[in-house]
Amino acid sequence: MTPLLQVRNVSKRYGSRIGCAEVSFDLYPGEVMGIVGESGSGKSTLLNCLAGKLTPDGGQVVFDTRMDGLVDTLTMSEPQRRMLGRTDWAFVHQHARDGLRMGVSAGGNIGERLMAVGERHYGRIRGRAADWLDRVEIDQARIDDRPEAFSGGMQQRLQIARNLVTGPRLAFMDEPTGGLDVSVQARLLDLLRGLVREMGLSALIVTHDLAVVRLLADRLMVMKGGHVVEAGLTDQVLDDPQHAYTQLLVSSVLQV
Amino acid sequence: MIELSDVSKSFTLHNQGGARIEVMSGASLSVGPGECVALTGASGAGKSTLMRLIYGNYLAASGQIIVGGVDVAAARPREILRMRRETLGYVSQFLRVVPRVPTLDVVAEPLLALDRPADEARDRAAHLLAMLNIPKRLWSLSPTTFSGGEQQRVNIARGFAHDYPALLLDEPTASLDIANRDVVLGLIEAAKARGAAIVGIFHDADARERVCDREIDVAAFSPCASGVAA
Repeated sequence: MTPLLQVRNVSKRYGSRIGCAEVSFDLYPGEVMGIVGESGSGKSTLLNCLAGKLTPDGGQVVFDTRMDGLVDTLTMSEPQRRMLGRTDWAFVHQHARDGLRMGVSAGGNIGERLMAVGERHYGRIRGRAADWLDRVEIDQARIDDRPEAFSGGMQQRLQIARNLVTGPRLAFMDEPTGGLDVSVQARLLDLLRGLVREMGLSALIVTHDLAVVRLLADRLMVMKGGHVVEAGLTDQVLDDPQHAYTQLLVSSVLQV
Repeated sequence: MIELSDVSKSFTLHNQGGARIEVMSGASLSVGPGECVALTGASGAGKSTLMRLIYGNYLAASGQIIVGGVDVAAARPREILRMRRETLGYVSQFLRVVPRVPTLDVVAEPLLALDRPADEARDRAAHLLAMLNIPKRLWSLSPTTFSGGEQQRVNIARGFAHDYPALLLDEPTASLDIANRDVVLGLIEAAKARGAAIVGIFHDADARERVCDREIDVAAFSPCASGVAA
């Protein structure tokens, strides 16, 4: 099986400071990988480099596109990358307002992405939008409301609907459950797990919450100071951590 | 089906002065189809550690752990995940689930992960839950608020949803009443009859007597026993 994403030696420096250094991994279709580490460990830098939001200083990011097969996303043209961002890729921000258009209705937020890939039929767009509101458990009656009127959890679910409506193959998620109440988090986790399975979606999830990765991620990568210090099967890394930093991280979690 | 040869395990506690604790060495074990092997030994002797090594939850320091053709000690994560989906089931002592997911779906999940049709998966889940005397009115609720015994039975139902060729059972009859214990032992016997290779921990001597073909004392795998300094 061809990996969906092949990452080789991706590095990014901010002046003399290391953002991320020499990161390599393969992600296969349907796999969910968590990236954990404390603030400043380089996990968000890495995610942004992979998603084309930051330009790394070096390395390769090869993605298996639906249309053209394997392409190096670092060397592709900006319009191509933007197209990828609307079709095969999804990006879920920690703060829903960064990923939504707050002045546009919920239905419009979802429909916009469909229009970006060429859908023009109003009735069909509205139908798909209503269908997706349903899938992310937002009352269809709210389709004409603006996200400003939504709770934080609803906004996050709307952002997910907006991202997944075009059936992407890879989702980049930056702290998708951060800042939400635990009960809202649980609901979101359950929703994400269901969508990942139904859609055969692959995902890279950056988080500092080990409980989130335990429930969502098949694999785990632990970062410290821009370097990957440990990687492996999620439950193995959490239950039998090998690296000093991972041991510290795991032993620092409060037991509930 | 499950073949361990010369497996050792140690823990290095980097944040406690780098202490290295040898917990197992020279562990060898072979379990064939239709066979059930009980791990015995005092508490702390390494029974659960051995199970976790076989499941790939703990990383072996050395040796081979072959389950259905995959060397768990050396396999890549996705090979282990596949082995867990298709070949090796694990009934642990504790149920760990996504909050809010209904019991019926928790039990059906191993089948859904194998891309079985949802109806078929739920039918199988319903059948097992009914067998294990979980009242139907609880099926639509998350098991997180269930009693210990109920959670244990949900865990067992989940572990038996798919006909795994190999199974690890950690105290499957603990905290069960006589009737449910009997159902679980029946499930184990049925799994053996269809050719499953089983490794289990059973503190219940009668249960062990009834379903196990052999006993292995894990004390034999302690580093001291094999002459390695602890």
